[in-house]
Amino acid sequence: MSKLVEGLYYSKSHEWVKPLEDDVVLVGITDFAQSELGDVVFVDLPEAGETISQEDEFGAVESVKAASDLIAPVSGEILEVNEELVGEPELLNKDPYKNWLLKVKLENTDELGSLLSSEEYEEFIK
Amino acid sequence: MENLKKTCLYDKHIQLGAKMEDFAGYEMPIVYDNIKNEHLAVRNNVGMFDVSHMGEIIVKGKDALHFVEKIFTNKVESLVDGQVAYGMMLYQNGCVVDDLLVYRFNEEYFLLVVNASNVAKDYTWIVENSSEFDVLIQNVSEDYQEIAVQGPNAENILMMSLGIDLSELGFFFFANFEFLNHHLLISRTGYTGEDGFEIYASEDAIREIWDVLINNQVAPCGLGSRDTLRFEAALPLYGHEISQEITPLEAGLKFFVKLESDTDFIGKQALLNQGENLSRRVVGIELTERSIPREGYEVYHENELIGYITTGYLSISLEKPIAMAMINRPHTKKNTPIHVKVRNKMIAGFVRDKKFLEKKYNKTKGV
Repeated sequence: MSKLVEGLYYSKSHEWVKPLEDDVVLVGITDFAQSELGDVVFVDLPEAGETISQEDEFGAVESVKAASDLIAPVSGEILEVNEELVGEPELLNKDPYKNWLLKVKLENTDELGSLLSSEEYEEFIK
Repeated sequence: MENLKKTCLYDKHIQLGAKMEDFAGYEMPIVYDNIKNEHLAVRNNVGMFDVSHMGEIIVKGKDALHFVEKIFTNKVESLVDGQVAYGMMLYQNGCVVDDLLVYRFNEEYFLLVVNASNVAKDYTWIVENSSEFDVLIQNVSEDYQEIAVQGPNAENILMMSLGIDLSELGFFFFANFEFLNHHLLISRTGYTGEDGFEIYASEDAIREIWDVLINNQVAPCGLGSRDTLRFEAALPLYGHEISQEITPLEAGLKFFVKLESDTDFIGKQALLNQGENLSRRVVGIELTERSIPREGYEVYHENELIGYITTGYLSISLEKPIAMAMINRPHTKKNTPIHVKVRNKMIAGFVRDKKFLEKKYNKTKGV
């Protein structure tokens, strides 16, 4: 069974979004995503200051065998990148909800409405 | 996955919690626990692979020797009975039908071990080319199951657990052995760059051997680590470094093609014509920025597309991003600066040899 965290927003491409304050969110990958992928050996992320657009690819999470594209669940400016993942990509396997990828300033908070709730996501990955 | 074939070890893979995937029409274990651990078990100790999906074809009869010489790129006549050779079968145009091992029992009996994905094609092609020879060709893939036991401790563990002494078996030789009244054919061969053995036997024998080896802490290894291991040893995989559109010369496998010998194998003339006019060749690539070069990614030199990655990984043993790539000449020279296009980013690297790591074959034993 894949773990879920209540109160997060989920995308069908298996990213999660956690609202922090105002229009700032954290973005990560779900437990389902990390377990499908297997051992993460490399995380390819954009840089702070760049922007991401909802449904566009913004990087990749890679296991020994395969690269899996990261798809932006929301649009906005990247405020911070979790640099810890560069040296220790396996953190994504250990706790994918604690180890976020990006901190993003949302361009349009309405986009959160297009994402799935934890109940809806749970149903989606069944 | 209902339509997929299963090997005789299928239930054991499921019990071990393997992640199963379709490979060449078989439902095969990709990984049991973790590809890296399985890879390192083979490099540092010993691991085993279910390779029962491999195809086995027997060529026998009065003309068997001459027929195998006609369809195989490597030496056959100079092999002694009990010896194995690696080589390829080629189309008239020099491109590869398949790569295979040839086991010489005697000059009238050979066993050909071919890729699972190519068995049907190979069998048809072999039969089609045999009309002028007094030979019988049999596809015996269903009768031969196979386990590969690989790693520096392979010989010890097989002695300890099966009581089989392989110390006198030379590199690329095979012999017959008995285990609990089962007949085993064992060769000192493999696909990992390590010392090791391939064991061919019946379903019952293979199932018993698997259990004994599991009980002796031999790590079960899936096709995931089989690929990372063969890649680091720069061993080709059909469909990647070789294919029906690639010749052995382009793949850098000239060593296994006897162009200077008198035997006139199919495709030889095309290779002689290709000779020094090779337009492309498989080389090694190493990236100098953090990234992973994957199969199919494009390779550039000063904005010119010069080839593509055939296999690439963040190497487990070397912890570096390396790849094999099919590169157009003249960009195949060592240290040529290149870029690999990774998700629309150009990642810097250079052309290098394919000797990513030192192979540790044991060539001291036996003959």
